[in-house]
This record gives sequence, structure tokens and C-alpha cells, in this order.
Amino acid sequence: MVDMKGTQLIHEYLRHNKKFPHVFCAGCGHGIVLGSLIRAIHGLGLKKDEVCVVAGIGCSGRLAAYVDFNTVHTTHGRALTFATGIKMAKPGMHVIVVMGDGDSMAIGGNHLIHAARRNIGVTALILNNNIYGMTGGQCSPTTPSGSFSMTTPLGQMEQSFDCVELCTAAKANYVARGTVFHVKKLDKMIMEGISNPGFGVVEILTPCHTQYGRKNKYKTPVDMYKMLKKDVIDIERYNKLSEADKAAKTPAGVFVQKDESGLEEKFYEMAARCQGGV
Amino acid sequence: MARPRKKRNKEIFALGNEAVVEGALLAGCTFYGGYPITPSSEIMEIMAQRLPLIPNGSFIQMEDEIAGLGSVIGASLAGRKAMTATSGPGFSLMQEHLGYGCITETPLVIVNVMRGGPSTGLPTSPAQGDVQQARWGTHGDHSIIVLSASNVQECLDNTIEAFNLAEKYRTPVILLIDEITAHTREKIIIPNPDEYEVFNRIVPTMPPEWYKPYEETVRGVPPMPAIGSGYRFHVTGLTHDTNGFPTSRPDEVRELNERLFRKIDQFLHDVQLVDEVDTEDAEIVVIAYGTVARSAELAVKQARDLGVKAGLLKLSTLFPYPRKATERIMAKANTLVVPEMNMGQISREVKRVNNGQVSVRTINKVDGQIITPAEILKVLTRV
Repeated sequence: MVDMKGTQLIHEYLRHNKKFPHVFCAGCGHGIVLGSLIRAIHGLGLKKDEVCVVAGIGCSGRLAAYVDFNTVHTTHGRALTFATGIKMAKPGMHVIVVMGDGDSMAIGGNHLIHAARRNIGVTALILNNNIYGMTGGQCSPTTPSGSFSMTTPLGQMEQSFDCVELCTAAKANYVARGTVFHVKKLDKMIMEGISNPGFGVVEILTPCHTQYGRKNKYKTPVDMYKMLKKDVIDIERYNKLSEADKAAKTPAGVFVQKDESGLEEKFYEMAARCQGGV
Repeated sequence: MARPRKKRNKEIFALGNEAVVEGALLAGCTFYGGYPITPSSEIMEIMAQRLPLIPNGSFIQMEDEIAGLGSVIGASLAGRKAMTATSGPGFSLMQEHLGYGCITETPLVIVNVMRGGPSTGLPTSPAQGDVQQARWGTHGDHSIIVLSASNVQECLDNTIEAFNLAEKYRTPVILLIDEITAHTREKIIIPNPDEYEVFNRIVPTMPPEWYKPYEETVRGVPPMPAIGSGYRFHVTGLTHDTNGFPTSRPDEVRELNERLFRKIDQFLHDVQLVDEVDTEDAEIVVIAYGTVARSAELAVKQARDLGVKAGLLKLSTLFPYPRKATERIMAKANTLVVPEMNMGQISREVKRVNNGQVSVRTINKVDGQIITPAEILKVLTRV
């Protein structure tokens, strides 16, 4: 691995022929995820041709267009289905799926739990900003109870999904939660997710000031990052808290780490045995 | 099928659904992703057995039809020839990704074994109710190729044809068969490798840095590299420029949309496959497709025996609708008869081409039963 920093990584991994600027608002966390993803891929020493970034629809979906890998910008919620096809067809490819919270848990909820269940060897980065950003600030399945959005002007009355618990219950190989405030940890989680042979999920808490923050008493983007700093704590520290204190905090870290082989590996092993003339 | 073959060899006794699998494998299909649904399930079941036995073959049962077609598109982008099969309710779910296949110009084959509808309808009875859905089901203006098959042999032949057209024109191709043909077991002939043509998508040969994924070519079909082959580019369902990146510039948007139509429209002679029976001197011609074409063939023969100058135009290609073949028939015939197991979906196309020149009679049936030769004969002899 060649040692590269800052702008060198940008020149190496961002597309030169893409019409910049990007779509992310000032203060958005998605760009930090993009940086983290590039550092993780560079850190693992993966060849560009062997990386395929598949994205869904929404602000997070646009991320794929900027990076110089094989990139597929798919339909709303269905990115995992395309990724499954690509991984089955090309098991050697490192397939990384970038989705938002509404993308992965509302319209694509079924695909998420089944990708986890069948343990297909792709890595899902779920950029959770608790809101539909690009569509204009409607509530998502992770919008916290009581918070406001364009479609919950009286406050959200539904419960929100816990992405980590959902993916753990659906038997994903690797489940982690990071934030765009704790970037070094996030780099490591994405690297571990990509290296895992089965289905890896990294939920990334990334603030959306434009659509979520300003309706929910976060006056500036900085307030939202301060919230991440204050409220998101490491899983070990979280477990030591009393039940009452837990309610106000969100645990982050690695929740599940198994080493089961991915579906594509199992399939081709079985196929090789069949073709061997049994 | 319009394309002749020289000699025949291996014969098997197969279901229409089995013949689809045989055809797909001969055409080079190595990926199947889908969701089971009556009456198409045999295609999936046999694929699950056969694909692991061939090098690089892969099969996956997805969580629904949306995911099924998603995985097929993914596999096709990764360089595989890929297909899925379904029936009405599943075909409705696939419409979203069908449009994605059109705009990203991804070759793939969808087999829709038509059953009675709307909705859950008649799961084990035949119908031809999905014809216009196949043409216009996905949103947005788009071009598409739709084929049909009227017997088990055609299930094999037209599946090969569907893969070839998909690869040649970089487009989704839909093969419509109906429950009767899918579940009819009859003798078919497996062609020798030299007796059928297999077309593979054109891949770029220029250095990767010169490659523009959606650049105009003479045929209107840009070369298509597989993911991982060294050509890194962006695939998107957004309207894109020649580099593959999203655009809303009117000139670039127009260029893409017009090319998507032109790439098929300028090769209609290659796409529009029809068979003609006794049409040379026919005064009354039946235009039919699918299982109904089989009834029509017998009815035409019986009508000839009774001295009626009848003929049959059997459509293998439903869309783009074979306008030229129909006009050729109309030059001599004074009556067209269009029997269908729906309330008139291809007859709309016939009437559009006809534009009031000759008389068009329709026979429509939506009770889950086939249109019999006697029903068609009755119309042929009365006119």
C-alpha cells in the first residue's frame, strides 16, 4: 500500500471526469463517510477494478457517482438485490452497498433482512440521518418518536427501527454502528465489514441539518455533531449504564462479528462438487 | 419461427417451461434469479438443478420478484447472460426494474407465463392479458422487445432468440407464453450447436481511458464491458450523458432517449419475426400468437378444406408490432380476424395499422379457457 494522505487520496480515488460539485449540503456527514470509505479501501489495498460500489436512491445514493470504482446507482431500496446478483456472478468482487435509512429500512426493509439472512458476502453501509433528505424532509423509519418532519408536523407517533438489532436478529455476519464524528473508528469498521466473508452492516449516524436539524432544535450543523459526541457512546460504556441512563444514549461499536462464509462461497463450493461428477 | 434450420437431432419430450430452460442454456444463460410463481415455477425449479452443473452457472431464489429482477440486472452488468421467469402478479412487481433495464441498456430476458387476471386472478388458467403491460407496463416512454411462443418447440427457439435480441440490442426482452403452452408436454428437437446462432454482447476493445459508456455508435448500441473487466464506469437509472453521469441538459436527455428508440427501430426487419401460413392468396387472414395461434392454424386448414381462402399470420414478435407484415397481408386480404384470450390487446395494434382499410373482426375470451379451432372456424366461414 502506497502511503497517501488527504488530497492525494482525493486525486487517486475520486473521478476526474465527473461533473462536480457534489450534491451534499454544507455540514452534511455524507462526505465524511465518502472519505472514510476511500481510506478503508485504500487501507485494505484493494484494486479499483475489484471494488463495486452499489448505491440506492437519496442523498446517499449519489455517493457512488464520485468514486472511481465500478459503480451502480440503482433503484430506491433495491440496491442490495443488484449487489446480490453482482456478487453471485463475480464472487471475487468486493461489493459495497451504500444506502440511506429510508432506502434500506422502509422501501428496502425486506431486501435488507433477507440479504442478512442469506449472508451474501457484500458490505452494506447504512447512512442513517433519521430523515428523507433529498425528498424534502419527510419522516423515515428511524425518525425518533416525538421528533418533527414534513410528514410528522405534530411529532412522530410511531416507534423507530434500531438498525443494529434488526440486522443482528436477521443473522448478519458483521454488525457495527459508527458515526461521522468518530471517524477513526468508522474507518476501522468499514475495513472490518469489507474484510468479513459474509454480510456486513455498518450503520453510520450522519446528521442532516438541512432537513432534520432545523426542525428539531439543532440550530447549526455543529450542534448536531455535538449531539453525536455527547449521546453516542461506546458499547462497553453503554452496557455499564443504568437502565434510566441508557434511554438517552446510543451505543456504538461492533455488535456482531462472525466468520461464517458468504452465500456465494457456499454456492460455488457446492457447484464445484456437483461438477466434479458426484 | 422464421429462421430455418438444416437437420434435426436429439428429441426430447418436454413441458413448455422445460423447453424455455433448454433454450436459455443453449443461448448461454448462466444466471437465474427469481421468485416462484404458478404457472412458471418449473422454469425456476429446473434452473435450480441445472445451473450448478455448468461452469460459472449460478442460481438464486430471491425474496420477491422485484429482488429477482434486481439480481438479474446485477448479474448481467457483471457480464452474465441472465434471466428470470414469472407470471402476472410477479410481472407487475418487476415493472420498476424493467424500466431500469431499459435506461441502463442491460441485456436480460424475462419469461412471463401468462395466467388469468387481474390481480391473483386464475393462477392455473391461461390468458393473454399481459400483452399491453409488457409493452407499456414500466413508467416512462421506452422501447422494448416482446416475443411470444405458441408451442413447446417455439418456447425453446424463441428463448434463444430472446437472448440474442437482448444481447444484440442491449435491452430487456420479454417472452410471453401462456399457461397452456407452459404446461403442454410434447416432442421437441434440441438443435445442434451449428444449427442455431448465439449472439454475445459487444464488449469494448479500446483502452479503458478512451471508453465512453453511452457513446453513439453506428448501430446505436454502445459496447458493454462487464463489471470488473477494467472498464470502470457509472451505471445509473437517472437520465445520463455519454459518460454515464446524471444530466438534465435537454440536448443530452434528448440524445439518450432518442437513441434508446432508434437502436431498435432501425433494425425492425431483424426484430419482427412472423410466420405465414397459406397467406399468398388468402382473402381472410387470422392474426394470432401464443396458444391461440395453434387453434388458428387448424381452423385455417379446416376452412381451406371448406373452400374458404383463409390464411394465418402468426406473430412471434408482438412488439415492436410487425406493421410491415400486417400491411403485406392487407394488400390482398379483405378481412382480418384477431382471436385473443383478452378483450382486445393485439387487435388494438392491428386496427391501428389497418386504419379502417379492411374489416377487422375480433374473437375475445376471458373465461380462463382456450379459444378453440371451432370458434375461429365459425368466424372464418361466416364472413
